[in-house]
Amino acid sequence: MSTAVVTPGTPRPTVARRRRGPSLASIRTYLGLAVIVVWGLAPVYWMVATAFRHSDYTFDTTPWPTHVTLDNFANVFSTGAGNHFARALVNSTIIGAVTTAIGLIVGVGTAYALARLQFRGKHAVLGIILAASMFPGVAVLTPLFQLFTSMGWFGTYQALIIPNISFVLPLTIYTLTAFFKELPWELEEAARIDGASRRQAFRMVLLPLAAPGLFTTAILAFIASWNEYLISSQLSNDITQPATVAIAQFAGSKPHEEPFTSVMAAGTVVTIPLVIIVLLLQRRIVSGLTAGGVK
Amino acid sequence: MTVHELSEPTTESVPQPDSPAVPPRPRKGRSKAAMLLVLPTMILLGIVVLYPVVSAMVMSLFKDPTIDPATGKFVDQGFAGLSNYTHWLFQRCTDTTGSSVSCPGGTLGSLFWQSMWVTVFFTVVTVTIEVALGLWFATIMNRAFRGRALLRTSILVAWAIPTAVTAKLWYFVFAYDGIANKLLGTDILWTGDTWPARFAVVIADAWKTTPFVALLILAGLQMVPAEVYEAARMDGAGAWQRFRSITLPLIKPAILVAVLFRVLDVLRIYDLPAILTGGGGGDGTATTTLSILVIDQMRQGFNSASALSTITFLFIFAVAYVLVKVMGVNVIDTQEQQRKA
Repeated sequence: MSTAVVTPGTPRPTVARRRRGPSLASIRTYLGLAVIVVWGLAPVYWMVATAFRHSDYTFDTTPWPTHVTLDNFANVFSTGAGNHFARALVNSTIIGAVTTAIGLIVGVGTAYALARLQFRGKHAVLGIILAASMFPGVAVLTPLFQLFTSMGWFGTYQALIIPNISFVLPLTIYTLTAFFKELPWELEEAARIDGASRRQAFRMVLLPLAAPGLFTTAILAFIASWNEYLISSQLSNDITQPATVAIAQFAGSKPHEEPFTSVMAAGTVVTIPLVIIVLLLQRRIVSGLTAGGVK
Repeated sequence: MTVHELSEPTTESVPQPDSPAVPPRPRKGRSKAAMLLVLPTMILLGIVVLYPVVSAMVMSLFKDPTIDPATGKFVDQGFAGLSNYTHWLFQRCTDTTGSSVSCPGGTLGSLFWQSMWVTVFFTVVTVTIEVALGLWFATIMNRAFRGRALLRTSILVAWAIPTAVTAKLWYFVFAYDGIANKLLGTDILWTGDTWPARFAVVIADAWKTTPFVALLILAGLQMVPAEVYEAARMDGAGAWQRFRSITLPLIKPAILVAVLFRVLDVLRIYDLPAILTGGGGGDGTATTTLSILVIDQMRQGFNSASALSTITFLFIFAVAYVLVKVMGVNVIDTQEQQRKA
């Protein structure tokens, strides 16, 4: 919708590349890019490198591990010293999957309504959802802690999943609404003119088109749930503890000694699936993030 | 709304397949469908957000139960009025004789204003750093170059890894024998001394969330049409001038949205200071934020913890209100525009 009038038919003025060789500007750009890449990856690299160091060489400063060992990973998955890391990974997966499923199933209808329908109180609904996403975890934790304890739910999966819904549901609705607004809704109209009900039109025509958006939203919701710490640290027990809490409490086998190399190995294990997801889906995640915004 | 309109839904509730050719007009039928779609969300949010928040407010009006030394059981102490709130806000404690005194040092009650100050300090400093760096990252990323995928990955990894892992990772970097001290040639007690501990939290948070801020600002930058720059360049505007008078005003909405999200996030910060420094550093409370204080208080009494969490929530809500109303941060519209671009 620019004000410039472009006569159709006239060829677009091609903006020629100004310089061919490496100019000062492009050198500065690449220097900046290097800074960003180092910023993002250097600390993570240090974690991974340390994960492979023998614990006697924890504080080595060689850029790569010299006494390479897999002991740290073995330590992470050993069940000595009260660590249940493998179990914690399973717990995180269960909690994340169920929370994501609830967020998507409940959120998809609401997002459809917000993206597609005009109704009274639409702004109020948007406001409520946005406000819900701003709540500090501690505001919901105290009463839920008391309630779950009195119900005998302390340490159960549902006690960990229900509070997660409070921030995952607003996130899914918000992201899905943004995705749904982009869909070619004329197709829905066409299907309805052909006699499909609103439900049929949505399920058979739009849902397949919306699949990428749903998938991205699911990933964002899962990551958000996977990363939750505050509520889990208070409401989980040794059996239901998710990976974030397990890492924070990782004790190692030697008392009175911070098992840095093992903790870095645990961090690496938790980070690898996320790095794979990011590698495969970076473009989608970026569009989902900037659409949904809410962390 | 007339009586006639009110009676309409009964006649229109049967969906008419060929009516929606005229989009938003037939409000009534659609309104009903919308309500059905929105209802599950509202019910669920009512259960997971509204119920806890309201019951926290109710709980905050009661005194914490105490153990009766004779029976060893908890005894309810009854209605507290606003005394749980004055406990925090005016740091009033009850001494053994039952009279109200200024909370002695070392008790949680004496920590409220310091925690508030620490929380606000984290918010102002980290958000400033994140927006400044994020802006710089975004302008670099907005230029054309090869290897976008690598860049996006490297920027997203920091954002995607759990804060608990981030905290442990920086705990290692900032260890006494750790790489930070080795690189800087210093022997700072990063997680142990008051100010280093605070800056350790700031640095770790900035590392983790600058990418997110950069992405939000980048989405705003990509809306700026290239022709505007061409025109400005033709008119002889320098790089700084173009940035000041074209880029900045145009990406202001995106920056404000980033600021809003980040401010609300840091105001409730818990994971990083809790794991990285244990909420301590120096005197043991140097990085105790409001959220950490609530959790510490929870172990001593739910009702006064509820009062503190209510104060925290009202404070965050007030900040959000000011940002949205006064600064005019329009979250929904800005993000829609960003997507359309």
